Amino acid sequence: MTLDEILNAPSPASQWVLESDCQASGLTPEIVKEAMRSRIAEMRDSVERGLASAAPSITGMVGWNAKGLWDAPDMLQAPLLKRVQAYAMAVNEENARMGRIVAAPTAGSAGTIPGALLGVADHLKISDDDLVMPMVLAAGVGKAISKQMFISGAAGGCQAEIGSSAAMAAAAVTELLGGSSRACVHAAAMALMNTIGLVCDPVGGYVEVPCVSRNAFFAVHAVSSAQLALSNLESFIPPDEVISAMAQVGRMMPLELRETAEGGLAQTPTGLAVTARMESK
Amino acid sequence: MIGPVMIGPSSSHTAGACRIGQVARQLLGQTPAHAEIGLHASFAKTGKGHGTHQAIVAGLLGYAPDDARLPQSFEQAASAELSFNFETVDLGDVHPNSARLTVSGSGQSVTVIGSSTGGGVIEIIRVDGFKVGFSGGAFTLLTRYSDAVGVIAKVAGLLAADQVNIAALTCDRDKRGGAALLCIELDQTLGEAAQHFLLSWPEMDWVRMVQPVMDAGIVAPVLLGTTA
Repeated sequence: MTLDEILNAPSPASQWVLESDCQASGLTPEIVKEAMRSRIAEMRDSVERGLASAAPSITGMVGWNAKGLWDAPDMLQAPLLKRVQAYAMAVNEENARMGRIVAAPTAGSAGTIPGALLGVADHLKISDDDLVMPMVLAAGVGKAISKQMFISGAAGGCQAEIGSSAAMAAAAVTELLGGSSRACVHAAAMALMNTIGLVCDPVGGYVEVPCVSRNAFFAVHAVSSAQLALSNLESFIPPDEVISAMAQVGRMMPLELRETAEGGLAQTPTGLAVTARMESK
Repeated sequence: MIGPVMIGPSSSHTAGACRIGQVARQLLGQTPAHAEIGLHASFAKTGKGHGTHQAIVAGLLGYAPDDARLPQSFEQAASAELSFNFETVDLGDVHPNSARLTVSGSGQSVTVIGSSTGGGVIEIIRVDGFKVGFSGGAFTLLTRYSDAVGVIAKVAGLLAADQVNIAALTCDRDKRGGAALLCIELDQTLGEAAQHFLLSWPEMDWVRMVQPVMDAGIVAPVLLGTTA
């Protein structure tokens, strides 16, 4: 499955993704949709747990961000923005507490899709049943990306993880709001091209800082991409070429910036202090 | 891609690590009494912060990546009388998220090298030193046998007679006429009777059927019972 194939599929793109995946796996569309429905319910559950809890993570670096934002007054009067950010961080704070979440496509990037897709759906009062097919499309976009590129931070840097989740979320939100197959794929491509180069420098090696806030930022990034694509803006570089470019940058990225905690934020004095404190535990 | 449903914090370092453990357990055929666990590169470097150690032990206990007991797997291992030891290893030019597990029990032992390539996806690349390449997304039959003309054809014939379709096949041997390992990914599982029959052949000395520990297609199929 390539982004070009999805782009050229009849709209809605998710239908083609579903049919071609079922052909490959031998599963029926009903089974895949049912599995997707249960994934959405799991995502919602993790959002709710995360918004309600201020319990600290493994290291104590995060744990109260989602609830803190959710309970705070909306100074910008931008309820969609706040909802998307809070949902995304809720999932990643649950993840950082070793709670139960849905990897999408990875655990470190698990908040992006629930943040963007559930956030937009709740804002517009769209039911979870209507999210099943957009979620199928998100999975198809992720599959297309993973065919050309490793999606782990260790192999490709943060761009590979959060770039993938943002691209998947962007396509899903675009389809949810009636975007064509072409618009969905261009939303994904724009999300990806604007994530190229992002390094993976987790403090202490933990999936906490910057991962939790990063999911808030890239859930918004996905919604921005959908906004542009729904207005018929497109990526100048063809979508599959964008993936190749990101894969190339990933290969050029030094090992220190690929989840090893040997560069960037992880090597700041404060970052090193966290590493030392956790090692002495 | 959407999934697995898992205990955090990392799909590669937690869920994938757990699945490598699940495969090793199945290759041994029981809960190990002891496990020597070697962590390579990123697994060694950042494993501690990602619960990699607990996840591998959870997999050895037969827990799936979404099992709520995963964070407490060390305590669970003590009551299951599973002892283990971790070390840092250099496995050479393999994926940075890789581990070597030597598991033993009831006089048997098996060594598995597996890589966690992202999103909870794994690839098992070595079994007892033999090259293999399977993902744990399908039913996987592994047999160790003496290299001879026609063994693979006989195995394929048995599978065909049982209406079991071959998806992918690899084999490796230490030398001509020496020990060999055949690894076959299947669309259906092979029944216990057929497995016993396989093992009764004089050239066969070991047969294992690994049940899927991973998603097929874009989501984990409820069909295969792998809810994670």
